[in-house]
Amino acid sequence: MVHSFLIHTLGPVSALSANESRVLFARAFGPEESAQRGAEPEPEPELVPETRRLLQKERLAVVARRVRSVVALGRAASGVPAVECVLGEEAAALGEADVGVLRLTSGEPFAVERTVLWLAVQSLAFCLVCDMHENLLLAEGTLRNIGRRCLEELRLLGPGSEVILKSDRIDALLNHYLPHGQLLFLNHRFTHCLDRELSSYGNK
Amino acid sequence: MYSAGTESLIKQAREIQDEELQKFYVRVSKMLSSKEHCSETIDSLQRLKLIVSATKYARLLPAEVQNKLQTLLRSPGCPEQLRLLCSAVLSESLPPSVRSLSAGLTQDCRSLGSHAQRLLGARRRKMIMYLYIFVLFVQCICIVCDPQAGNKDELLPLCQHLLKCLESRQPEGQICKHTLPILSKIISFFPEILSEDQINLVNRKLVDWLRYASVHQGASLSSGGFFTGPRSRQPGPMTEVDGVVVGDFFTVLCVGQSYTEDQWMNMYAFSMLRKWLLTYDSEGTCNTESDDRSEVDSSVMSMVSATSSSSRLLPPKERLREKSFEYCQRLIEQSDRKAIKRTDTELQKVCLIEAVAVMDIICKEDSSYVYRAFPCLKALYGRLSGDLAFARALMPIAQFYLNHSEMAAVDSEAVFRHLLSRFPSEMFNEPLLAFEFVQFCRLNMAVLQERVPLYRQSFPNIFKFLAWNSPALIADYMELLPSLMCRETAVEILHTLLDLPCLAATLDLQQKSATFQAADRVLWDNGTKLANCLEAFRQPSCRGLFLYILRPEAGTGDTIDRLNMLHEMLADMSESPRVIQCAQIVPVLLHVFFNHVFTDKKLSNQLALVVLERSSQLYRISKFKSELLRVFSAHIRTLCKLHPSLLIDQSRELLDFAGSVSNISSKKELYTSVVWMIGEYLSVSYDKRCTVELITSFFESLEAVLLEITQVRQSTKPPNYHPRVLTVLMTTLSKLASRSQDLIPRLSLSLSKMRTFAQSAPVASCYSEEDIEEIITRASELVNLLKLPNVAQFVLAPSPHGDNPRWHKDTNTSLPHSMRAVSGLLHKNSSFLPG
Repeated sequence: MVHSFLIHTLGPVSALSANESRVLFARAFGPEESAQRGAEPEPEPELVPETRRLLQKERLAVVARRVRSVVALGRAASGVPAVECVLGEEAAALGEADVGVLRLTSGEPFAVERTVLWLAVQSLAFCLVCDMHENLLLAEGTLRNIGRRCLEELRLLGPGSEVILKSDRIDALLNHYLPHGQLLFLNHRFTHCLDRELSSYGNK
Repeated sequence: MYSAGTESLIKQAREIQDEELQKFYVRVSKMLSSKEHCSETIDSLQRLKLIVSATKYARLLPAEVQNKLQTLLRSPGCPEQLRLLCSAVLSESLPPSVRSLSAGLTQDCRSLGSHAQRLLGARRRKMIMYLYIFVLFVQCICIVCDPQAGNKDELLPLCQHLLKCLESRQPEGQICKHTLPILSKIISFFPEILSEDQINLVNRKLVDWLRYASVHQGASLSSGGFFTGPRSRQPGPMTEVDGVVVGDFFTVLCVGQSYTEDQWMNMYAFSMLRKWLLTYDSEGTCNTESDDRSEVDSSVMSMVSATSSSSRLLPPKERLREKSFEYCQRLIEQSDRKAIKRTDTELQKVCLIEAVAVMDIICKEDSSYVYRAFPCLKALYGRLSGDLAFARALMPIAQFYLNHSEMAAVDSEAVFRHLLSRFPSEMFNEPLLAFEFVQFCRLNMAVLQERVPLYRQSFPNIFKFLAWNSPALIADYMELLPSLMCRETAVEILHTLLDLPCLAATLDLQQKSATFQAADRVLWDNGTKLANCLEAFRQPSCRGLFLYILRPEAGTGDTIDRLNMLHEMLADMSESPRVIQCAQIVPVLLHVFFNHVFTDKKLSNQLALVVLERSSQLYRISKFKSELLRVFSAHIRTLCKLHPSLLIDQSRELLDFAGSVSNISSKKELYTSVVWMIGEYLSVSYDKRCTVELITSFFESLEAVLLEITQVRQSTKPPNYHPRVLTVLMTTLSKLASRSQDLIPRLSLSLSKMRTFAQSAPVASCYSEEDIEEIITRASELVNLLKLPNVAQFVLAPSPHGDNPRWHKDTNTSLPHSMRAVSGLLHKNSSFLPG
């Protein structure tokens, strides 16, 4: 299962230090697992919801930082100059996008070991935090699909701010293509049916 | 892309004044109360979402707003967009508690249950709607729920409700599509939440959906032509991805204009199948006595199901295994078809991976399936192995072979040879394949080491992934490295690690050489620099060197003599970011390498030799050499401590190294360590073979070095070495002299000249006052000590058993006692000390 989905920046952000990243959208599909599941629970103090929310945010920020640094190193290594794409050139931007995967060992930052699959499109990254035994080829297809639709529907290549103002559209996308973090085996007709369901979204 | 405007919106959301925020809450609250929700409500909720999610610490919504959001979320007529927004706002702000959310829900469940009893046609749609809302609500709960805090009890009614949904048998089968994903989510946190009977219920339902979904298309939405008017068309049959009419049961690789409910459930069921089997398909949940009579009734009958009933009598868990196995076999068979749509071609690969993984799980639980699986998987391997486009689908096949080939007595050598030889050398630049390959090795380290001899043999190939993509893979290789090491390969691994940046550069050249033809020279970036390297790469005379670096297996060729030539050729690439990134991870891996304890004496000798030899044969990348020398110097000391006899075995090489003045400036740290090692461990108490002649020859060679570097002539340049080298040299000479006391007078003479040296003009110009003081003090102390040879021996070269408790307990031999005696002596003769 997918644990969370996030969109974050890869380029410099004025208010942040050089290696930090702004998380623009984050959605966790479930609570954080404890490391020793099944074992006798530790007598550690119960987390108040406030702390839990903060922990969740910090954990996803760690993921964003890790991805940012790996993408930056990868781009430097490839030495291919970036091509700037503008609104309407989504397909070209996706063609240029890099994809990669990272293993997060247990405790860094999640209690259990996880993998992060990322798709870096220009100065934005889309990430799926997955369970270790997840089908990565399926996750990659799903991430590309969601990434493409985000780019198109939220006009991410343009200068607007839809990504934070219309984030419910991303929620809707996730709800259809990744319900509760479940990756789906969709052939082109299943996808078509979901597309049709989604097309009526927000038009009422 | 991310703009300043967006950043400023986030800032505004964070810094909103309390007064303004309260006003906003009131406005939102009013909007939520009205029956009609216009675009303004949506807009406000979108803003509210931004406000509650932008801050680090949570904002607590006023109770009124919270209640209204919850009510709206649960009201059946609410459009999807509003529901999503309510759900997002609630989960981003701090909901009061799971209890309050789930209390409302439990109530809903109860009323839902009573609804279900008297469900009539018109209300069915409403019920589906209701279920959908319920799903979103669950999503909120899942987010705020904490598995550690024991919220399981609160999820229990919810879970039971979900199962009731699954069980309800309606002619049109209107089950909420999201039921399975939610169930899958809940069991990943609380696998124990389902009782035995409930597990069996789900097992049965999964069988129904997987194996007996309809093979006809869902009702077509088209309403006929303009003239023909609306008519209900007979739904056509499903087709395979290549357009042929489906001849067997429905799977996710079947295509139709629209899908029926059970076909959707088939897709959802297959999507969660692996997770379900991993959670519940283990021994212990088996319950053959459970009531299984409802089996036939609960199946959605289809044409196919009527013909396949042989396994009907199996208990639910075994039956699910059987049907899942058949499903996977059918997927593998379907993957051979030529898909019309490109996306379906991708899905075929994805399905292959999943199918093989599921078969692997089933075979682990019930080994009788192994014999059924192998013919199919062998054929699949034969089909895919020729085409690298299917490389990733081969990973689970390799896993299957690793797990089961021994049991089925199937030869797996070809599979692993293919995996270990072709993947790294031809697909080193595929990041996802690299990741899967490395995880495969990491998870199966022990088995690979034991059963696949080729694994260790292939380390030069396996390192290609790391050389290409060092930052992403270094953590995995730190775990992997010890599994690749053994006595036979250790030396070659050490060389390979040191040459890793060369490998990165060569792989880069290999890729560029394939991309650009000679005619495209203008296109080569970095202009002439890269062009020179590419030229060299294509030169037949240099081919051997590059082939050595790119060798797939250990033990093929050794070009150590010509390494410097290779470094020369690659010099222009030493500033390439990929090479630098690779160089940065080498010290980390060297630490892992040397921390692996080498109990073998002969091997330690060889490693020490490699360290000395390679210290002057390294690829010239900025900081690479200095970092590596630091690592070398730390670990050569450890090696020597473990096996002091290597000083005797490698005396000739060590003498050469320590006697060469040029090593002082170029390899300061390593040189200091070697000199220290000589003083510390060259003693008869560590190795019986240590003769007076040997000590004398080391002494003479180090003495010559000391004399050379401390010569005071008018023309002498200021020393370019650290003062520590001097003190270590002096101490080592004293240690050696204390073991062969004939040497003491010579040494005392040399040491007595140190004061003159230290106070000479060139030295004073570059060493600090403290350093000079230190040199003079050390020299005088040593001279004083050497005046009492027996004490000197005791102080400078204490017995190797100094950490033995006896040394501290027995008054006659105790270390503190002796130390007191020595310090007394030194104090009494304090006139010897410099004034």
